[in-house]
Amino acid sequence: MSFNFDQELDCSGLACPMPILKTKKAVDGLQIGQVLKMIATDPGSLPDIQAWTSKTGHELVGHEEDSGKFTFYIKRAK
Amino acid sequence: MAKRMAIISLHGSLDAGYPPLILATAAVAMDMEVAIFFTFYGLEIIKKGNADKLQVSPIANPAMPQPIPGISVPNIIGVLPGMTAVATGMMNGWMKKANVAKLSELLEIAIESGVRIIACQMSMDVMGIKKEDLIDGVEVAGAAAFIEFAADDAIALTF
Repeated sequence: MSFNFDQELDCSGLACPMPILKTKKAVDGLQIGQVLKMIATDPGSLPDIQAWTSKTGHELVGHEEDSGKFTFYIKRAK
Repeated sequence: MAKRMAIISLHGSLDAGYPPLILATAAVAMDMEVAIFFTFYGLEIIKKGNADKLQVSPIANPAMPQPIPGISVPNIIGVLPGMTAVATGMMNGWMKKANVAKLSELLEIAIESGVRIIACQMSMDVMGIKKEDLIDGVEVAGAAAFIEFAADDAIALTF
């Protein structure tokens, strides 16, 4: 499964809270409706990204996991 | 839903420096307004150039992992000269291995993203700390200033 995206952000190797902080910055830089592809290896990144999108109102369009590598597609909603 | 996070940072050790800065930066990334009130030893975190020099003591800290797994070092060993430096070196090593950001980086992100850094005036007077000893971007204020912020629908945390 893969999605169209407008920008890519690699947070591999980074620990909490850096993937969230970098994602926030990157999504702020998108136009409304554009999608960020974010890659992380922090095992806590799935619940964290879900919580972050739920609180900020941005949309987690999709995510996948492949042997410890998490890929998220986040759409800027507002 | 709470819109603010109000944090009191009381301790100036390496381990105690992380939770307030991690939660503050994460909360501000989640569109919350955040203020950290640095009081007493917490002021060490916001002294110029000091964030990455904080130490951790093994004394009275039995939860600290052992330097050699499986070999239990009696806690009393912690009083020997140099043990604080050893424990600090160990902890910095674990942090680096796990690729955790340095305290100075988190502090910089906090300020950049609009976290209010409030230094307790009374603690500064007690401990002889001047405003110019602290990093740029700090507000110096008293309890009332923090309470006014916290009273408006805030999650309040103490570390």
